[in-house]
Amino acid sequence: MTFLLDDEQHEFGRTLDRMLSAADVAGAVRAWGADDTGPGRKVWQRLADAGVFALAVPEEYGGAAPDGHKGAPQDGRCGEAPVGNDGAAPEGYRASGLLPLLTVEMSLAFVVLGCHAMPGPVVETVAAAALLRRLDDPALNRRWLPGIATGGHLVSYTDQAHGPYALDAAAADTRFVIMDDRLLCAAGHGPVQPSLDPARRLARPALDDEVLASGPEVRAAAAHAADVAALLTAAQALGVGRRLLADTITYVQQRKQFGVAIGSFQAVKHRLADALLALEFAQPLVFAAAVALAGGERRAHGERRTRGDVAAAKVAAGEAAYGAARTALQLHGAVGYTEELDLSLWIRKARALRSAWGTPSACRARVLAGAP
Amino acid sequence: MDLEHAPEDEEFRHTARAWLTTHVPVTPLPSLETEEGFAAHRKWERTLAADRWSVVSWPEEYGGRGASLARWLIFEEEYYAANAPGRVSQNGISLLAPTLFEHGSPAQLARVLPPMASGEVVWAQAWSEPEAGSDLASLRSRAVRTEGGWLLSGHKTWSSRAAFADRAFGLFRSDPNADRPHRGLTYVMFDLRAPGVTVRPIARLDGKPAFAELFLDEVFVPDEDVIGEPGQGWRVAMSTAGNERGLTLRSPGRFTAAAERLVALWRRADPSDTALRDRVADAVIGARAYHLFTRAHADRLAAGASLGDGPGAGLGAHPGAGGLGGDPSGGLGGDSSLNKVFWSELDIALHETALDLLGAEGELAGHANDSPDQGGWADGWLFSLAGPIYAGTNEIQRDIIAERLLGLPKGRR
Repeated sequence: MTFLLDDEQHEFGRTLDRMLSAADVAGAVRAWGADDTGPGRKVWQRLADAGVFALAVPEEYGGAAPDGHKGAPQDGRCGEAPVGNDGAAPEGYRASGLLPLLTVEMSLAFVVLGCHAMPGPVVETVAAAALLRRLDDPALNRRWLPGIATGGHLVSYTDQAHGPYALDAAAADTRFVIMDDRLLCAAGHGPVQPSLDPARRLARPALDDEVLASGPEVRAAAAHAADVAALLTAAQALGVGRRLLADTITYVQQRKQFGVAIGSFQAVKHRLADALLALEFAQPLVFAAAVALAGGERRAHGERRTRGDVAAAKVAAGEAAYGAARTALQLHGAVGYTEELDLSLWIRKARALRSAWGTPSACRARVLAGAP
Repeated sequence: MDLEHAPEDEEFRHTARAWLTTHVPVTPLPSLETEEGFAAHRKWERTLAADRWSVVSWPEEYGGRGASLARWLIFEEEYYAANAPGRVSQNGISLLAPTLFEHGSPAQLARVLPPMASGEVVWAQAWSEPEAGSDLASLRSRAVRTEGGWLLSGHKTWSSRAAFADRAFGLFRSDPNADRPHRGLTYVMFDLRAPGVTVRPIARLDGKPAFAELFLDEVFVPDEDVIGEPGQGWRVAMSTAGNERGLTLRSPGRFTAAAERLVALWRRADPSDTALRDRVADAVIGARAYHLFTRAHADRLAAGASLGDGPGAGLGAHPGAGGLGGDPSGGLGGDSSLNKVFWSELDIALHETALDLLGAEGELAGHANDSPDQGGWADGWLFSLAGPIYAGTNEIQRDIIAERLLGLPKGRR
């Protein structure tokens, strides 16, 4: 009943952080941008081995959700699925299509992924799993969920209502597309377009391929998946912002002008204080949205309100990360404006995440639609 | 991780809501910065106190309900949602009382707290001086030892509520030869009607005497009105300053309620103006962020983050940078600086957006008949403008954030 991460969740975050610190993620990002996905997929596999993608997949398909992860509440109080003695969700609940994701743990993981600028369709793969779980078609689940859980299957996922471009359509093993109320599996894609963040490789997916499902339940599942994607994008942005701030703090303590560290100048301090403020107040919005989404419609909160919570997190985290990027660039000076410095990986990602899965304007409208 | 309250706490919410529904005046009270309004608000404090709602977090022996921090926050949410009057006793309750709980003697607690809880004695703060605002350590007003107490002399200013209040608390220099400017200060309480005190009200932007200057000429204060050890006033005062910037002065309930009123206003206004719509959304997001930040903070305290043991200790002086991200600094009140900058800017944004939504009617203030809210938003805007100035300017707070939370080197201001 507290709005705090427990020890196990903290340890999960720390473990991921240690693991990614030891891997050369920056090198993998640069390679990914140059069309060499090998190093990135290697990091992806280590994330899967640490259980990140299993969080999105039910136990029966090789995952850890909703009851496989010990950090999850077991008593249903948190809005989690009621869990039977055998650890499986009762049939009636599953049939309602409301199996919750472990969104708190997942959000925590994505903050860490953002801190390390993890490349690839991480958000989209988890969103695809969320979509499948909501559709709850055993054939579709069997076909994709086990591969997602073990890290062997990268999914590019596009909802045409959110924009025409698929992230990493070329690198992914599967391309899901939502077109109106149809879920398509695209065999191909158009040419990869140059993008602001070279590590985010964008292309239009083909729209005339296998129809996996159709009907109003697809639209509902897609809306849920879009919420999951927006939440995880917000979490990732938060991590990006944290990293930009941390690296800039290190820099302003080393860099001297007029004989002193520039970090002793009030103008510099105030920019960094503002960056911290934005991140500190965005963070609880991200985790509150995770809590709301974990409960789904079962909570009194209501779906419209939950969607507003996710949108609020997306706006706040996106703006905080972008603000941190601007501050990082300004305080690094011309050095920060070079591609060579790894800082560029986060600066460009901050800009891209700002409009991915919900522009600031669209999210603000959703916040007001959900406001009491 | 969860955001649900315990069932007992929800029960407490319902009890508070029921009481407020019955007792909150239908017609808003006149501004508490006027003589008439001050008296009306003092009477409201009595009403609150009669049913032990004036100081819910205090122990029962002083008129409280021994409410946990979680319940205090719930009460504040309900209080502002009910559109209940502003608290004329706020200086005493949220600034002096926590200091007393931490540093006061049992005799002082027994003597000072009950009349504070009932509104019988309303307190003003006497921190600032003409030469000492943000740089509080440079204050000059002095306390000179005399038989059985101290003689206060000097000039205090920007003393909120002092125009109509009964007593005041503040810092005085008792050892002019101390080696550092923040040493040799003593924390005292004194009577605003004692011989030697002259109160000169100062009109704020709207002309109301919201604060005052105090001229002190050998004002006698008995030893029993010194809080903590003489000469240790700085240390004593710092806990109070943390409270002022942190939770107790600006509880999230106030902004949550204001954001809801703003959304209602926006729904009645022109929804095609997307620039205004985005500002409304940002105010809503900000109010929610502040609520959640505070919630995480309160839960961390309840989980046993280090604090003093006093009953008021739960309401201030908490460690760390707050939120869910742990504690990058080890504390020293940097988190209350985060709070202070955030709520003060949020408050202005909320009110400016409301005035822009109101258009021409936004210009109408102070019980204007034509204004849909009787000038409430305009008055609130005026009040919000002071936020970044008092309780330590936001510039000073950003320095504190940078130095204590981000670990940046000290430099020239």
